Amino acid sequence: MSPKNLWTRLTKSLLHNSNGEASNRYRILRRNIFILMILITIIPLIIMAGIYQHEYQSSIKKEIVNPLKTLANKTKHSLELFLEERLSVIRFIAASYSFEELSDQKTLNRIFNVLMDEYCCLVDLGLINKKGIQLSYVGPYEFLGKNYSKQSWFHEVVVKGNYISDVFMGYRQFPHVAIAVLRRTEEGRYLILRATIDTSKFDNIIASMQLDQESDAFLINREGFLQTPSRFYGKILDKYPVSFPMGNYGPIVVEEVDPQKRIMLIVYVPFTRSDYIMVLTKQRSALLKPWYTLKTKMLIIFAISVITIVLIVFKLTDTLVKRVKDADEKRELAYKEVQHTHKLSSIGRLAAGVAHEINNPLAIINEKAGLMKDLVAYDDQFWKNEKFLGLTDSILKSVERCKEITHRLLGFARRMEVQLVKLDLNELIQETLSFLNKEALYRNIVLKLQLTDNLPYIVSDRGQLQQVFLNILSNAFAAVEDGGEVVVTSWEEDLDTLGVSIQDNGSGMSEEILRNIFDPFFTTKQKGGTGLGLAITYGIVKKMGGEIKVKSKQGEGSIFTVYLPKKAKIGPGE
Amino acid sequence: MRNLKILLVDDEVEFVTTLAERLELRGFRAQAVTDGESALHIIESDPPQVIILDVMMPGMGGLEVLKRIKTQHPQIHVILLTGHGSTKEGIEGMQRGAFDYLMKPINIEELIKKMQDAIKSQP
Repeated sequence: MSPKNLWTRLTKSLLHNSNGEASNRYRILRRNIFILMILITIIPLIIMAGIYQHEYQSSIKKEIVNPLKTLANKTKHSLELFLEERLSVIRFIAASYSFEELSDQKTLNRIFNVLMDEYCCLVDLGLINKKGIQLSYVGPYEFLGKNYSKQSWFHEVVVKGNYISDVFMGYRQFPHVAIAVLRRTEEGRYLILRATIDTSKFDNIIASMQLDQESDAFLINREGFLQTPSRFYGKILDKYPVSFPMGNYGPIVVEEVDPQKRIMLIVYVPFTRSDYIMVLTKQRSALLKPWYTLKTKMLIIFAISVITIVLIVFKLTDTLVKRVKDADEKRELAYKEVQHTHKLSSIGRLAAGVAHEINNPLAIINEKAGLMKDLVAYDDQFWKNEKFLGLTDSILKSVERCKEITHRLLGFARRMEVQLVKLDLNELIQETLSFLNKEALYRNIVLKLQLTDNLPYIVSDRGQLQQVFLNILSNAFAAVEDGGEVVVTSWEEDLDTLGVSIQDNGSGMSEEILRNIFDPFFTTKQKGGTGLGLAITYGIVKKMGGEIKVKSKQGEGSIFTVYLPKKAKIGPGE
Repeated sequence: MRNLKILLVDDEVEFVTTLAERLELRGFRAQAVTDGESALHIIESDPPQVIILDVMMPGMGGLEVLKRIKTQHPQIHVILLTGHGSTKEGIEGMQRGAFDYLMKPINIEELIKKMQDAIKSQP
């Protein structure tokens, strides 16, 4: 709903208050204002809270994630260093000794013993020739003469010059890693030196990370098989159950849901020289504990603010709508009062006219009957004396009754008498228009005020003048279509007279109607028109010593012009 | 009291002549005229003691007649008759020197009583 639409609806709901629907309209108005205000206040609050939460979360995450990254990276370095050291030793041996020396079992044995002293974790060492045949071997197994030419690692070492295997279970079910280097001798022969390393050292390095209960660190290979035992995901060579990013990259942090339905923060660091990936995982809940406590606090503050806002808005809306309703009711009441006065005064005028006209003949009847009674009463000889006296008495009694009625009517009319006060005509016009503003708004009637500033005060009857303008304006409003235009203009006509014109672009009037509009009981309204409005208007204006003029053209509109003396000269009027 | 000279002024001929006759029957000397000018004329030639004067008359209105009577003959008592509802006219008349006012149709006994009061109030 666009704001304009909403506004139209709001105002419409205000304006259209036929009594039955009035309460409903105020309810809708109240609801709309309430919703609007709640939206205006709470949306920014939510946005702010959201942004704050997001910012804080990401900064807290960074703070927590960075040490994790560093730790994973450091461990990866240690592991890689460990492997690299072994590889370089083997490479060194392959470079320092000739093929013959290394193929000699005794020399190899000696070298292996030295290595065992200097470098931990070596399990065996052997020389393999170009064809993949194990020429010499030192270690716990019987590998001498074994042919490796069909194995993939052999081809890899021939191509790349060195090789580090994935972890595999040796013959005794210990996890091992095989490393191999290739050297081309001066004579153009291949020399492949292969050693096996016990990976228990990996576990030591990982243990030195001193991880807590909610964390886990292990190696996987590129196929996703565990290379070291994992606290959460099983033993060596089990499949790592979480999907992980492939490719060579720096430390990368992801959030994943693991098979136990825990949200894990996982750091992956791939090795540069081998196919291992260092994995460090930690339960997010553990990581974000400080964040959650803050979030709870924030939620409480948020909830309190929202409740406060809702309460305030509710109270405010209530007060607002009540005020609007009060104002409306007051206006309605004032309007009704004016209408009532209007009605009363027209009745009063009628009553006064009738009473006055009847009083004179009644007085004659009274005197004639009185004279008859007198004549009879003064003449003792009159026949049927009693009968005549009875008749005249009953006439006189009836006259008395009529007199009571006319006097009562006159008493009623007396209340409508004129009271002269000093008043500002523009103010009076605007006050009168306020009774019609609602209708104008509702029917989209354009009300143009062209009031001349600083008009001199006039002395006149406020209520009667109000009635004059109300009558003319009501007619103008009735004449225009919805969306029509009514122009009210005021000016100083001459030293003694002010002018007010009310122009509409409504239906206009025919010549015939124009001739009759000021006649009592003449109306063009289908229903509800008494035909007294303009008659009374005319009467009042005349009584004030003013003039009223009408110009109208059918289909083009009408213009009523009222000329009022600055000081009302009260005359007999109608 | 009887033999009191009364002038009745009202534009309704039937009313004013009948009322005059009734007053004659009661022993007053009542004379009726139907407009302000002739009333003023009679006052000049033969001034009455009490004038019963209608407020609403064509030509010279009752209040105008009252004004002239009071300026020239302040000793003459004037009782106003109004057919109109407005007590204001009555009160205005009394402010201009009328003794009292009565609303039409009048009760003759009441009229006589008011005239007697007026005479009694004469200094």
